[in-house]
Amino acid sequence: MNPLTGYLLLAALLFSIGLAGALTRRNAILVLIGIELMLNAANLNFIAFWRYGPNPEALTGVMFVLFAIAIAAAEAAVGLALIISIYRHYKTTNVNDVNELKG
Amino acid sequence: MSAEAIDQIFITLKHAILGWLAPYLPDWLMPIVSAVLSITPILMVFPLVFALTTVVERKVLGRIQNRPGPNRVGIPLTNIRLAGFGQFIADGIKALIKEDVVPRNADKVVHFLAPIALVIPVLLAYSVLPIGKNMTALDLDSGVLFFFAVGSATELSVFMAGWSSRNKYALLGAMRAIAQMVSYELPLVLSTVGVIMMTGTLSTAKIVDAQAGGFWHWHAATPWGFAAFFLFLIAATAEANRTPFDLPEAESEIIAGYFTEYSGFKFALFFLGEYLGLFAMSGLGITLFLGGWHAPLPALEVVPSWIWFFLKLGVFILFFIWLRGTFPRLRMDQLMNLAWKFMVPLTLITIVAAGVWRFMDPGATRCLTVTAMIVVPYLLLSNALYTARGVGKRTYRYAE
Amino acid sequence: MTLAFAILAALIVVSAVAAMTLRNLVHCALCLAVAFIGLAGTYLQLGAQFVGLSQVLVYVGAVAILIVFAILLTRSGEPGPGRQFSATALMGVAIALAVFAVLGKVITSSAVAKRGVLPAPQTSVAQLGQKLMTDYILPLEVLALLLTAAMIGAVIIALKEKESAK
Repeated sequence: MNPLTGYLLLAALLFSIGLAGALTRRNAILVLIGIELMLNAANLNFIAFWRYGPNPEALTGVMFVLFAIAIAAAEAAVGLALIISIYRHYKTTNVNDVNELKG
Repeated sequence: MSAEAIDQIFITLKHAILGWLAPYLPDWLMPIVSAVLSITPILMVFPLVFALTTVVERKVLGRIQNRPGPNRVGIPLTNIRLAGFGQFIADGIKALIKEDVVPRNADKVVHFLAPIALVIPVLLAYSVLPIGKNMTALDLDSGVLFFFAVGSATELSVFMAGWSSRNKYALLGAMRAIAQMVSYELPLVLSTVGVIMMTGTLSTAKIVDAQAGGFWHWHAATPWGFAAFFLFLIAATAEANRTPFDLPEAESEIIAGYFTEYSGFKFALFFLGEYLGLFAMSGLGITLFLGGWHAPLPALEVVPSWIWFFLKLGVFILFFIWLRGTFPRLRMDQLMNLAWKFMVPLTLITIVAAGVWRFMDPGATRCLTVTAMIVVPYLLLSNALYTARGVGKRTYRYAE
Repeated sequence: MTLAFAILAALIVVSAVAAMTLRNLVHCALCLAVAFIGLAGTYLQLGAQFVGLSQVLVYVGAVAILIVFAILLTRSGEPGPGRQFSATALMGVAIALAVFAVLGKVITSSAVAKRGVLPAPQTSVAQLGQKLMTDYILPLEVLALLLTAAMIGAVIIALKEKESAK
């Protein structure tokens, strides 16, 4: 097995763990944590492909990950602000209980 | 022995030990041994500086308050008192043999891990500090970023300590500490951007090299650098939770903040971590703004470079003790206002000023322009903030 | 497959699983931080120093802190005796396993698995900065705008309800 395959498999496993968590947990914050794990798995793929790809001087993978990290930070801030706002309104962070369109 | 040889004595020593060990050890072990040889002195010297600082701090604070401070403990079983400088040994023994109390409701695992999670990143931060010529344990291409990355990891350990104690004062202290550290991290990082723009590198060793040749080459000697250094100093004081920014452990309000429920050796670890963080921050300030290990005058280069680093560190430590002895504590809203309304805008202005400095021809015009670029916004901003606060003559109301 | 990779991979997988299965939300967030540190270590091992350190600075220093703050503000730190997993939990795990099976099959059977290993690329932060300021200047500006918008948006979302409640 070459190193690239190892990193790709690790990223796939991480993505699946994040997906399983996001699909099964009831707390909105944990769903967000699952999404963060999936994003990180994608980042790991970019870095692995940059390192073992044919043209690392172009730095495309590194650039993509830098931008992804910045966007993930923005996503986390907005997502958590939404969760806090939902909690103020419904007094719960359970995604199953937040099912009314009319507040 | 020439001055150069004395300067490099530790490097020579390290290579001698490596050369002596080389025949006995396998090749793959050599990089690890080399790393251990670089790290061990750091792990020994800085805790020793911490131990001495605890005594010096108590003595200087004592003098500020017109009392002698600790002056009894010297060498045990003799009459030699060393002006009280044996105090840290007594304190250390006390911390080690004290009972370690853990609250019954505490989250045991997190409670145990928090002090370790504080000390490890703080010690890691030292690996990128150039403490002498060729004496950077880990000369990374992005050393400054490394410093800030490990520094930001300590915030989580503060939260762990405050949350796992199941104590409202500990939690309040942790919340205060995190809010403060997150807010002041912004001006702290932004104030270093000017230096990075000017030297074009994130490597701490190269930043020091760029300031060679006397104190007028130091970044703090330029108008933008002086302003950035001043802002860095304020942010560093806040980041290290020192007076006047010691709200997270304000003893008159919330007992001891996030380490209220810590005792014995774990408390000593928090104490150690806090001081080591302060020294690391001072070391970064020296590296970025005060020429690192360079002597202030070229003629003084005969004195070894590491002595200059530790002299500057000593000045920083005394400065922080002086601050602690003379300043009152800020209020929470004042703290936040200072960070977001005053420090962040001014650090952004120093970055622009550094850019102007870079692209103007050297001379009096450049100096005046850049100074005006910083002083005018500073006056306008401080004036506007002062008026907005609506402060006037203090009035007293009495119960009727 | 080196020893360093094996240790980091084990650390990442164990802490990620813990972050998704533990009952106490604060423990989940702390495990998530460990997973982020493990990923940063992997990036450093792959030679992407700047990205690895940014990962620690942004994820451990900011995102993890944001998450624990949100946990405390929504009082969901220690959940009650109720169920932690949704009714269709088994379905979710099955979907995730299926995704992993498909991805694993694709990765192991793809051509990249047989590609030879190139020597480590020599990249410096200076090159990265050069690229950001030339080829990627437009994305950088757009990103700055996005971050500003996100910051203002987050503040407004979190503030809104409080003011109407007054």
